[in-house]
Amino acid sequence: MIPVCRLEDLPAGEAVRVETSPPIAVFNADGELYAIDDTCSHQDASLSEGWLEGCLVECPLHAASFDLRTGRPTCLPARRPVRTHRVTVEDDVVHLHLAAEEGTAA
Amino acid sequence: MRTVTVVGASLAGLYAARELRAQGFDGRLVVVGEEPHAPYDRPPLSKGFLTGGAGEETLALGDAEETDELAAEWLLGVRARGLDVRGRTVLLDDGRTVPTDGVVIATGARARRLPGAVPAGVHTLRTLEEARDLRGALTAGPCHVVVIGGGFIGAETASSCAALGHDVTVVEAAPLPLAGHLGERLAAACAALHDRGGVRLLTGTGVRELHGRRASVTPAAGHRGRDTVAAVELSDGRVLPADVVVVGIGAVPNTEWLAGSDLAVDDGVLCDDGCVTRLPQVVAVGDVARAGGVRSEHWTSATQQPAVAVRNLLAGATVDTTRPVPYFWSDQYGTRIQFAGRRGDGDTVRITDGALDEDGFLAVFERAGRTTAALAVGRSRPFTRVRRELLSAQRGLAPV
Repeated sequence: MIPVCRLEDLPAGEAVRVETSPPIAVFNADGELYAIDDTCSHQDASLSEGWLEGCLVECPLHAASFDLRTGRPTCLPARRPVRTHRVTVEDDVVHLHLAAEEGTAA
Repeated sequence: MRTVTVVGASLAGLYAARELRAQGFDGRLVVVGEEPHAPYDRPPLSKGFLTGGAGEETLALGDAEETDELAAEWLLGVRARGLDVRGRTVLLDDGRTVPTDGVVIATGARARRLPGAVPAGVHTLRTLEEARDLRGALTAGPCHVVVIGGGFIGAETASSCAALGHDVTVVEAAPLPLAGHLGERLAAACAALHDRGGVRLLTGTGVRELHGRRASVTPAAGHRGRDTVAAVELSDGRVLPADVVVVGIGAVPNTEWLAGSDLAVDDGVLCDDGCVTRLPQVVAVGDVARAGGVRSEHWTSATQQPAVAVRNLLAGATVDTTRPVPYFWSDQYGTRIQFAGRRGDGDTVRITDGALDEDGFLAVFERAGRTTAALAVGRSRPFTRVRRELLSAQRGLAPV
């Protein structure tokens, strides 16, 4: 479990990049928190810098779009999913639970 | 339409094949490709592929599952030699002919070369073979690399060569690289990246001559001994030692095979802004297409045009048009440059994030209170926002 930031520091529509290896992006999509691998499965670009719209994030480099709930790409050029991770909030602090640690890699 | 032939098996050709199936074409689909390879992505060739980070297996654009789904006949390693419009046939270099009802022209462009004979050690960078050759030449220990041309390919190649530990000089004929694309002030800011990466940039000078030296190894049987490049002499008289020369002076659209086909060709295949040529059963996409008067050599255009082109091809008329917001990117010296929109001379430039002499910035071009374009250096996030605004503004203006 990795503390990410205070909840107030991740307002709706924003994202934060966690420097794990590989890095992970945590999103606040209209109040719901999601975490996926930060690097686009197509080419080297940071999804935390992408465009968030509903539960979808669009890669800032080639506009591949991923569903934050499943990690699956919704359009080309990405063809492979990114891993999803669980996010919890405890005492107003956002926590990240790595998929690999929990044995639930998607 | 029973048979559609896509001529060209790179990015635009693959996207056209995908669109044909996605839009319900269930007839015979033939894809002709001059290169022997299945479709692969070219942008990494000057970046990760050259520095060794990205292997050939990472370049593939499709996979086996998709290839099955497309159910296309792939004629690879053979060049199209002609298009017989009346006979509805694509002619191949090996003598075969492909009878076809519809044609998607996606033959792309090739690297422009220096005129005349050149010594060995002079490279261009466009295809996988060219990239393999260059990569091989760069693995023999530190050497002097001269890059001719300071555009994006030149800059990315210079950056990759510097990352590999070579001594790199970029020679640019114009007073400043990319000034036409970005305007002087921002082009200067991008040119400064070379300095940061330890690469010399010489501007305002052309190349007069490439000097060679006798190859020290015995040439293979059947080959005449060719000199190996040793130096680049500039038009101002300076002489740069060179073990490897990379020529990045633009690209030439592959249209020669269309001679005699009745199609209009002038720096690309002329087509309307729905990618339809003067013949409704022939459309053109990607680097070879001059759609609505513009030939854009951008990766994004090659992925966006096929949807519209295929729709029009299957409809037999121009029922849809495309005027995407131009977008391109470049990775060099550890930073990412992104540009979107249509900059006009006289647009005002506003730096909305960072500063020109800092590690990165976002510059917004404006005219009459409207944003026309944006340039980001290491500022993907705010850039994405502006790019989205440009897209929505364009949609708002587009005729319905």
